[in-house]
Amino acid sequence: MRNVWTIARREYKLFFISPVAYVVAFFFMILLGWFFYNALRDAIIQATYQSYAPTVQIIISPLVTLLLFVMPAITMRSIAEEMRMGTMELLLTAPVKDWELVVGKWLGAFLFMLSLLAVTWIFPIVLNFLVEPGVDQGILLSGYLGLILMVASLLAIGVFISSLFNNQLVVFLVSLAIVLMFWLVRPSSATTGGLGTQILTYLNFIDHYLNFYQGTIDLSDIVYYLSVTSLGLFLGTVSVEMRRWR
Amino acid sequence: MIEVEGLTKDYGPRRAINNLTFKANPGEILGFLGPNGAGKTTTMRILSGFIPPTKGIALVGGFDVVEQSLEVRKRVGYLPETVPLYPDMTVFDYLKYMADLRHIKNAEDRVDDVLDIVHMEGRANGYISNLSKGMRQRIGLAQSLLHEPDVLILDEPTIGLDPAQIREVRLLIREIGKHRTVLLSTHILSEAQQICDRVLIINKGEIVVEDTPEHLQAGLTGVQRVAVRVQGDGDGLEKIISEIYGIGRVSTLHEGSIEVECAPGKDIRPEIARGVINAGFDLLELKSIDLSLEDIFIQLTREEPEPPSTDDSDVEP
Repeated sequence: MRNVWTIARREYKLFFISPVAYVVAFFFMILLGWFFYNALRDAIIQATYQSYAPTVQIIISPLVTLLLFVMPAITMRSIAEEMRMGTMELLLTAPVKDWELVVGKWLGAFLFMLSLLAVTWIFPIVLNFLVEPGVDQGILLSGYLGLILMVASLLAIGVFISSLFNNQLVVFLVSLAIVLMFWLVRPSSATTGGLGTQILTYLNFIDHYLNFYQGTIDLSDIVYYLSVTSLGLFLGTVSVEMRRWR
Repeated sequence: MIEVEGLTKDYGPRRAINNLTFKANPGEILGFLGPNGAGKTTTMRILSGFIPPTKGIALVGGFDVVEQSLEVRKRVGYLPETVPLYPDMTVFDYLKYMADLRHIKNAEDRVDDVLDIVHMEGRANGYISNLSKGMRQRIGLAQSLLHEPDVLILDEPTIGLDPAQIREVRLLIREIGKHRTVLLSTHILSEAQQICDRVLIINKGEIVVEDTPEHLQAGLTGVQRVAVRVQGDGDGLEKIISEIYGIGRVSTLHEGSIEVECAPGKDIRPEIARGVINAGFDLLELKSIDLSLEDIFIQLTREEPEPPSTDDSDVEP
């Protein structure tokens, strides 16, 4: 585990050296602020007609959408860059297990995303001052717990994709395609009730987030996100191992 | 310390190395010579634990590179041909990171030590992106020495360096090799002669010859060659030299310049010098001619012409 922490620490620091992370974080916060501002403006207009107080969901909803696009950018460098620079040879000839490398890479990215999510707390705090009697803390906490789990699983998929290619752009596009597939693919009405429906429904990222979004913590949703995270990390490890045998 | 038997590696349909068998003893510097694509890097990558072989056994310090890869990696210091560095890190941070991955106690002190060894102590806080190629090479070497490995694997460690840096790195390897097993790849024969105790030549994935550099040269030619150059046209020089005891064939290259062949094992140059000067010539140059790697390769890999076929049916009983 010590190697995991060593790699994660280096990865985390790298986000603050690399301009990509600053650019991503900047646009992430700007867009989130813009969504927040618009939601508040709409709420004020609506409140002139009827009694209405915006909920914390006006932050969480755009946050989920933004995260789905940000994740591929965060992980596109991960292992792909090590392979491009040749430093993979350095890591794989050090006494580091393949899974330690993959988990270390993922953990570094996860800690960076947690830092970014921590900064987004500014919006619920502001909202808390603007509405009476404050925001629903249950929805806020479950919403963020869901976000953290979703981020963990998306990052694991991203690290896995990053282990497959040397080109960061390819990693970004493939990761984005997979995220969109898990996000947008839903069973059509024609297949309702079948095994295919069940599988597609089970795999959908957003469907599993709905309970968190509504303030309910369901064990099956937690298991889902943890399973996807584990699967991503496992496939990433297998992929690194396979590279040795090519 | 390194034992390799029947080592074979295939990349798809292409066989990179074929049935390599060799040993490297403790405290020995083994030179791995061969042209580009001969299989040097592949062999080194297998021995460093980076890739597994397709067939065969490779033991480092008694540990199998496939079955006990982690144990091997703990004992091997490896410098790949392209020095793997993080340009965004400072020299100190990079070495500290590698030291942490190797769980080195007092990592910061050890980083200072290896920076001293490679004479880079003043650049600890500089960014790797600002270093010259020679300095990067030395940082790569420092990285490979961090954990005081029993075995050092260096893939073309002097490639791209200027002459002064090459000399410095060679001296450093020679020093390191006194206490460790060093496997060093190069395609410069003079480098192998200066550094290595033993040389192993590989071509098209197979070992062509294995010997000391001196034996290799002498054994291949069967003779020692000396070039002699005197002032003027050197009229009569060939006759004078050919009369010296032990001299074989003497051939005039051009006016005042001749090439002499003699039996290996004894340095004939002092006798040639005396003979030439006593005969009243002004000696300008007297040097032993070493075979270049290219010469050796041509000799070692020369394909013998097919003997003329004999058709039995044409032979009268």
